[in-house]
Amino acid sequence: MMRVPLVHLAHARSGDKGDTANVGLIAYDRAHYELLREQLTPERVKEHFGSMVSGGVERFELPNLGALNFLLHGALGGGGTMSLMNDAQGKVFSTALLRLEVDVPEEVAEAVRGRGRPPAGWSPEPGGSPAGGGDR
Amino acid sequence: MNTTVRIGSGQGFWGDDLEAPVRQVERGPIDYLMLDYLAEVTMSIMQKQRARDPSAGYARDFVPLMERIFPRCVEGGVRVVTNAGGVNPEGCAAALVEAGRRAGVSGRACVGLVTGDDLMDRLDELMDAGHELRHMETDAPLASVRDRVQSANAYIGAAPIVRALELGADVIVTGRSTDTALTYGPLMHEFGWSADDHDRIAAGVVAGHINECGAQCTGGNCMIDWWTIPDLADVGFPIIEAAPDGTFVVTKHEGTGGRVTVATVTEQIVYEMGDPATYITPDVIADFTTIQLEDDGPDRVRVEGIRGRAATGFLKVSIAYSAGWKATGTLTYAWPDAAAKARAADRVLRQRLDRLGLVFDEIRTELVGWDSTHGPLAGEPPVDLPEVQLRVGVRAGERAPVERFTREIAPLVLTGPPSVTGFAGGRPRAQEIMAYWPALIRKEAVEPHLVARVEPV
Repeated sequence: MMRVPLVHLAHARSGDKGDTANVGLIAYDRAHYELLREQLTPERVKEHFGSMVSGGVERFELPNLGALNFLLHGALGGGGTMSLMNDAQGKVFSTALLRLEVDVPEEVAEAVRGRGRPPAGWSPEPGGSPAGGGDR
Repeated sequence: MNTTVRIGSGQGFWGDDLEAPVRQVERGPIDYLMLDYLAEVTMSIMQKQRARDPSAGYARDFVPLMERIFPRCVEGGVRVVTNAGGVNPEGCAAALVEAGRRAGVSGRACVGLVTGDDLMDRLDELMDAGHELRHMETDAPLASVRDRVQSANAYIGAAPIVRALELGADVIVTGRSTDTALTYGPLMHEFGWSADDHDRIAAGVVAGHINECGAQCTGGNCMIDWWTIPDLADVGFPIIEAAPDGTFVVTKHEGTGGRVTVATVTEQIVYEMGDPATYITPDVIADFTTIQLEDDGPDRVRVEGIRGRAATGFLKVSIAYSAGWKATGTLTYAWPDAAAKARAADRVLRQRLDRLGLVFDEIRTELVGWDSTHGPLAGEPPVDLPEVQLRVGVRAGERAPVERFTREIAPLVLTGPPSVTGFAGGRPRAQEIMAYWPALIRKEAVEPHLVARVEPV
């Protein structure tokens, strides 16, 4: 088994409802949904976020979409207009979850290497530029 | 009966791409243009504006937009449904009629107006009648903040929109209509779905949820392979192609930028999701765990299988109340030891606030460029971080300490740690906080007051 950050296994989107942030996590490959479901328990996600989430973590399953939905209660400093946070509406909590590392078989780790990140040298200018590209 | 109805989304919030609705009506066929302008915080902003100017309190962008596209909508048979009315739908509709006249559609179009969602003038009567309007998260009764309430609007369903369409409205302006009803209302009207047709209305709700954030389902803010998404500068906004049986396809106009795939649509489906099996709207409870998505060709995703069940006996109420003051100040610190300097400056600032005897409910410090989005998960910043922005926010019940805070940022430039810049924007501004108070109310208290009426341009 190898430890791989979620960023290579799933994409995600987050939003807010009051002081609760939600993170919807979607497996790139439906075959990995079960692996994510087994390892990403509410307890594990709560531990990952640590002091960023003052309340509980709830999890809902959407096997039809290969997705898990996490509700992070007490994550937004009071939420909406009360919050003093830069990310007051939890728009990028999704990416914080993608730092979490899960255990996958070696062949899976090999297959997903680089997934979720632009190729080295990528640039928004046509033709690309060596200045761009994600750090693997 | 129509076999396919196309509902294009033109705005996902107040502040969205002003050209998107124009692209929707000019770049291909649609039957309806849906414009969602409202979010949790929008109603309180509009209420503040109306307090200063009684003719304000709605999404002002909507009026010049309609002046621009009104002729095209009339000639192309595109009906417009929007919650641009905010806290002043009457004022919005009046301005819309004027815009229609200026655009030359007099005698050729009717404006529909939906009112009755605004509970502000009825609040004491409702509370006296036993409606406690308890906060949905804290369970506190509204009485605890009653004297600070600025606006109260019920999230209303599709019935008055359907009624306005039956009356022949070409452009319908509502107040706090639920975002999804702007899409499923026209579908109920076109296909004659009855109120107990839960599965089909639930399908309309899912269509509405996909539509309501504009390009967020067509490649905008999409994480999946984001660097490969073509031509976001000319991004196509979503179009729902719905069938009478409740199945639909998500697509966009040919030749526009962006992308529609199962993955881009899925990202939008999970956005702002709670319990997916229980997505509550005024007209139905939709079960998002029944959604089936399938590729249906380039930039087309087929959606089917959706189940719904009977709605609850309640409507959600969006209440805004004054909840104190806040301000945020920023300064930029440069290499070397940028983060250490920023943290030292934060300490100096806090010592000064403390010596001034200022009391805050919260002081929050973040380093933008290091930990403002991932918090402690970012770890310790490297000493060679090229630069970092110190961002300090304060919140208090009274205005005075917040005002004094706004005068304590700039002095740090000459009296704190070195290598600091980025203060050219001047002092931060103290902002009054309009906080959000979500509550529930029995439908009987609101629905008899909902009115749909139509006026010729």
